[in-house]
Amino acid sequence: MTSSSSNTLSRWSTDDLLCWLLRGMAMIASTIVMLIVTFLIVEALPVLRHVGVLRFFTDPSWHPAEGFYNLTPMLWGTLFAMAGSVLIATPLGILSAVFCQYYAPTRLARPYRRLIELLAGIPSVVYGFWGLVVLVPLIGEIHPPGPSLLAGILVLTIMILPTIALMADASLANVPQQYVRGAAALGLPRWAMIRGVVFPAAKSGLFTGVILETGRAIGETMAILMVCGNVVQTPSNLFDPIRTLTANIALEMAYALGDHRAALFMSGLVLMALIIALTISAEWISRGRIYG
Amino acid sequence: MVEVATQQPNTREWLAFVLVWGSAVLVTATFCWLLGDIIWHGLSHLSWIFLTAPPENAGRRGGIGPILVSTFLILGVCLAVSLPIGIGTAVLLVEFTSDHSLFGRLTRRSLDVLAGVPSIVFGLFGNAFFCKTLGLGFSILSGGLTLACMVLPILIRSTEEGFRAVPSNYRLSAAALGLSRTTTLFHLLLPAAVPGLLVGLVLGVGRAIAETAALIFTSGYVDRMPESLLDSGRALSIHIFDLSMNVSGGDANAYASALVLIILLLIINGTVSWLATYGLHRKIVTV
Repeated sequence: MTSSSSNTLSRWSTDDLLCWLLRGMAMIASTIVMLIVTFLIVEALPVLRHVGVLRFFTDPSWHPAEGFYNLTPMLWGTLFAMAGSVLIATPLGILSAVFCQYYAPTRLARPYRRLIELLAGIPSVVYGFWGLVVLVPLIGEIHPPGPSLLAGILVLTIMILPTIALMADASLANVPQQYVRGAAALGLPRWAMIRGVVFPAAKSGLFTGVILETGRAIGETMAILMVCGNVVQTPSNLFDPIRTLTANIALEMAYALGDHRAALFMSGLVLMALIIALTISAEWISRGRIYG
Repeated sequence: MVEVATQQPNTREWLAFVLVWGSAVLVTATFCWLLGDIIWHGLSHLSWIFLTAPPENAGRRGGIGPILVSTFLILGVCLAVSLPIGIGTAVLLVEFTSDHSLFGRLTRRSLDVLAGVPSIVFGLFGNAFFCKTLGLGFSILSGGLTLACMVLPILIRSTEEGFRAVPSNYRLSAAALGLSRTTTLFHLLLPAAVPGLLVGLVLGVGRAIAETAALIFTSGYVDRMPESLLDSGRALSIHIFDLSMNVSGGDANAYASALVLIILLLIINGTVSWLATYGLHRKIVTV
C-alpha cells in the first residue's frame, strides 16, 4: 500500500481510467437484460391497457384485426412441442452421455463427442429446412397433412439433444473417480453401477441439462415455424398442424401494427418470463450439487 | 443394490447395453442422414459462380454473392461492438472484482439470463430499440447490434475462462515489480489469455452466423448488394428460410446455401477444437 501511494500521479490515473472504462463496459453488458425487459413491457403496454391480461386467455379466437387476442392455442402448441421433444431427447441425450463415458471404447468416444458438438452448432434454419424437405413429406405419407406437431417434436428433439447430451457428459465426467472405483470393487455390473452410483451423484448436473434443453425448446423459432404448419388451433392429435408462441411472433411481426404489434410483444414477454423462471430454477438446483 | 442382484442382473445389463448403443447409433444415423442429405443435394449446385453471382428470380436462380457480403458485414458489426465490451466485462469480472461482490454477482446473474433469452425475443428487442427508438431502420447496423447483444454472454464466459487459466504468480510478480495494473493487463495477462479469448470469439461467430430469428425484423430481407451499413441486407440463414418457405422451386439453391452455411460452421468448429486442444493447454511456460 505504501509503495502504491508513492507511485506517480499519472500512473494512478491510468489505472483509474482503465477501471472506470471496464466498469462502463460491464454496465452496458449487464443492462442489456434490463433493456430487453423494459422494451418488451413498454411495447406491450398499449395492449395491456386496452385489452387487459385476462382476455389473452378468454377471447374466442386469435384474430388481432378484429380485436380477439386468445393466446391459449399457441401456448398449448409451445407446451406440447416442448413436452414431446424433452420427453424424447432427455433419455436419448443421457444415454448418449453414458455411451461416451462408460460404454464406448476410447477411440469411439472422442469422435462421438465431436459429432454431438457439431450437431449443437448446426443452425436452426438448417434443421428446419431438412425437416421441411425430408421429415414433413414422410409424415405426410403416413397421415396427411405433413406439417404437424409430430414434425415439430422430431425436429426439436434433434435440436435440443446436443444440449442435454453435452451437459450430461460433463456432469458424468465430474463424478468423483473413487465412487466409480468403489462400485467396481463391490463387483457391481456396469449398468447397476451407473444407475445406483453415477446417476445419483450426477443428479443436479442432469437436472440442469434438462432445464437448459427445455429453455431451448421453448425459445426455438425458425425450425418449428418451418415444419409445424402454423395453423392457430389446439392440437387434438400428433398429426395436427400447430402454431407456437415464437412462430406466431415471427409470422405476424412483419405486418403487425398498433394493438396487434403490442400483443406480439406481450407474447415475447410471456416467453421471457418462462426463460427467467427456468434460469432461476437451474441456479437453485445446481446449488444442491453433491460433488464440488 | 439387493434389488439389482435379485432381478436377474444379466438381463438388465444386456438391455442397458442395447439401449445405450442403440441411442448412440440412432443419434449418429440421424446426423449422417441430415448431413448426407444436404451434401448430396447441395454439392451439385455449389460453384464459384454460385458464391459470387447475385440472386435472380427471387433466388431460384443465380447465386448468393450479395448475401454473403451482407452476412459478413453483419458479423463484422456484431464483433466490432461485442468484442471490446465482452473483453472489458470479462477483465473486470476476473481481475478487478471479487467473485462475491454484489456488482460481480449481479452482472453474472444478468448474463446468465441473457444467455437463455430466445432469439426471437432478441429480434423483438432489436426491432423496438435499434430500428425504432434509435432510428436505424431495417439495416445491417441494427442486425449486427442485435447479434452483439446475443453473443456477449458466450464471449464473456470464454474470455473469463481464458483469464482464469493465467497462473496467479503472473499477477503477484507483476505487482512485486511495481507494474501498474494497466501495464500488467496489456503486456502480461492479455497475451496469456489469448487462447480463451479466441475460443470465445469463434463460438460467438458460430452463434451469430447461425442466427435467423433475431435478424428477420432487424436486418431485413433485401437481397441486393448493400451499399452502406444503413442498408438492409439479407443474411445467409434468412436466405435459406426465405427460399424454402416463400419461394416455390427454390429448394435447389436453398440446399446449396445450407451447404455453404454448414461448411462455414465446420471451419469455425474445427478452429475451436484445434484451439481447445493445442492452444489452451499450451500455456506460457512458468519459470
